[in-house]
Amino acid sequence: MKVAVLSGKGGTGKTFVAVNLAYANKNSVYIDCDVEEPNGHLFFKPVIMQKTDVNVQIPVCDEYLCNGCRKCVLFCEFHALAYIGSKLMVFDKICHSCGGCEIICPQKAISEKNKTIGHYEYGYSGSIMVKTGILNTGETSGIPIIKQLLKDDPYNTGKDIFIDCPPGSSCSVIESIKDADYCVLVAEPSIFGAHNLQMVHELVKLYNKPYGAVLNKCTDGKNPSADYCQEASIPILESIAFDRELGLLNSEGKIAAQESEHYSKLFISLLEKIRLGVEK
Amino acid sequence: MKQLLILSGKGGTGKTTVASAFIALSKAEAYADCDVDAPNLHLVSHNDETYSLKGFYGLKKANIDPDKCISCGLCYTHCRFGAVIEGEKYIIDTNSCEGCAVCRLVCPVNAVTMKPNVVGDLMLYRNEKRVFSTAKLHPGNGNSGLLVSEVKKQMKDNAKKDTAFAVIDGSPGIGCPVIASLNAVDMVLIVAEPSLSGFSDMERIIKTARSFETDIMLCVNKYDINTGITEQIKQLCEKEDILFAGCIPYDSSAIYAINENKPVTDYDGKASDAIKQIYVKVFERLLDKV
Amino acid sequence: MKIAIPADERNLNSQVCISFGRAPYYLYYNTDNDKADFIENTAANAPGGAGIQAAQSIIDNKADILLTPRCGENAAKVIHSSGVRMYKTVPGSLIENIELYKKGSLEPLTEIHPGLHGHR
Repeated sequence: MKVAVLSGKGGTGKTFVAVNLAYANKNSVYIDCDVEEPNGHLFFKPVIMQKTDVNVQIPVCDEYLCNGCRKCVLFCEFHALAYIGSKLMVFDKICHSCGGCEIICPQKAISEKNKTIGHYEYGYSGSIMVKTGILNTGETSGIPIIKQLLKDDPYNTGKDIFIDCPPGSSCSVIESIKDADYCVLVAEPSIFGAHNLQMVHELVKLYNKPYGAVLNKCTDGKNPSADYCQEASIPILESIAFDRELGLLNSEGKIAAQESEHYSKLFISLLEKIRLGVEK
Repeated sequence: MKQLLILSGKGGTGKTTVASAFIALSKAEAYADCDVDAPNLHLVSHNDETYSLKGFYGLKKANIDPDKCISCGLCYTHCRFGAVIEGEKYIIDTNSCEGCAVCRLVCPVNAVTMKPNVVGDLMLYRNEKRVFSTAKLHPGNGNSGLLVSEVKKQMKDNAKKDTAFAVIDGSPGIGCPVIASLNAVDMVLIVAEPSLSGFSDMERIIKTARSFETDIMLCVNKYDINTGITEQIKQLCEKEDILFAGCIPYDSSAIYAINENKPVTDYDGKASDAIKQIYVKVFERLLDKV
Repeated sequence: MKIAIPADERNLNSQVCISFGRAPYYLYYNTDNDKADFIENTAANAPGGAGIQAAQSIIDNKADILLTPRCGENAAKVIHSSGVRMYKTVPGSLIENIELYKKGSLEPLTEIHPGLHGHR
């Protein structure tokens, strides 16, 4: 099964839940799609065995063939091209690699070359395959990296896969949950948390995915997120109590299900509930 | 108008908690929420009056006229985003369409048009005393850099001319929305959290903020969760020549306040006291600066 | 000589716009005959790449000098490769900045900030 773990914003414990689920499941694949700020590897500390660059295609212009007609500049919806002093300038960070300029050029002056925007790493941490994507600082879209990370390969075959999504509900989150069998929505019990939960809830509904919520850092006080779950009929898979010890474990990059009997049991039971949800 | 931007790098560090407290303490006449992916500030710093709402348009998206489509499949072969769905008549999956217009270019029968596309809403709350600008992106849209600029512009355009300062709740991460929120601000306050993951994010956000040459201050929220890392953050500030504004302890009354839709500083407590001290430091510097 | 400045309004006494790429108008001021033209910035609401498009239009309109408070890295690349010289404006109106430039009191613009890249 493929389980995507997501949350409306960062800091809710999304990585904590994804990492511990992957750990408790054993023999699983953990994929960190939060390519802007990948943190799962800080917990798993995998031994990296493969590191691969991720490239996108960007245009290059042959000055001798270019006749300065500017059709490509006018065509580019992203304004990634400019024509200055009889030379075409390409702004690769803005380019979406659509290939339109190459098609429109009447002189066949434009071709494409590879540009590296980041990389991904594969490595084992015990029995867990850890895949991490890293976007280079200053690059704007991690989607090409996420696509590579989620591609089927021999490491995935027959394994349960846990996807740590980017925070929020942007296009990169959609890319991360596209093929998931189940979505786990992680939220804090504050009014902020409830509002953010509502946003990811709208997203998973849009994509018709089965889902359930994990409420993290719960205290005895009000729980607006639990209220929202009830209102919107979201099954609450687990409520994890606020725990200073846990906060310390997390802050030091330790896996709670490995360190503590209590959390080991909690995540094994959470896995069972997810499995039931997938089968439904 | 001096602009104070509150940033965090990692989400969930308490950025909005600090922003809402500062807004209340300073009786800010202008403020904005630039976290357009998951705006929260309105929940605690919200004006009761009604607000005006304006659609925010992103890049146009393709649309195929089924009456004109001859199902030649050229759009399908050329689309690099998997946004054309094959069938008897080809259709566009607008969620995948990035608006490049290549399909329009290659269509031999002009069946493709580019249609305006609302990707979010801009909201403005105002009364005689203050303006509050905020926005929300619809799920699945990531064009938030421009929307952040629009939120700030809306605040500036609607604030009274003599407004001395504005408080801006920034976006998490280090990407485009953060860069847009950093544009033209006078000071950045980074709200950090003492964890390994928070630390690396904080280093990245400092690097980004540095490139804008604004004044930077930093405070640590929930510092007592891991005093060792808090100490490391302080050392980093010293090394990087960043003014350290103070530490906020973990305090359950902070969560209580937020769930009552109130700024933390409306209640007494350890966190409330600490934020008040940080507020004084930050504002003295913000308003004294030329 | 032709001077370009990002403007908030179509009026010589209006303020210089703080954003180069997203200014609503550009003032083109010809110092030979003191003629002022305001041209709308069609890139102002572009979801991405506004600075590049705006810089292209400054060059296409044959400006020699650009007065602006700030400039992103992408726009700066375009401007630099064209030979248009950039000077940093001071807070004040368009006409005040033109007068200051004429007197040689404006500094060349050297701080270039990272562009506000269009996000996918």
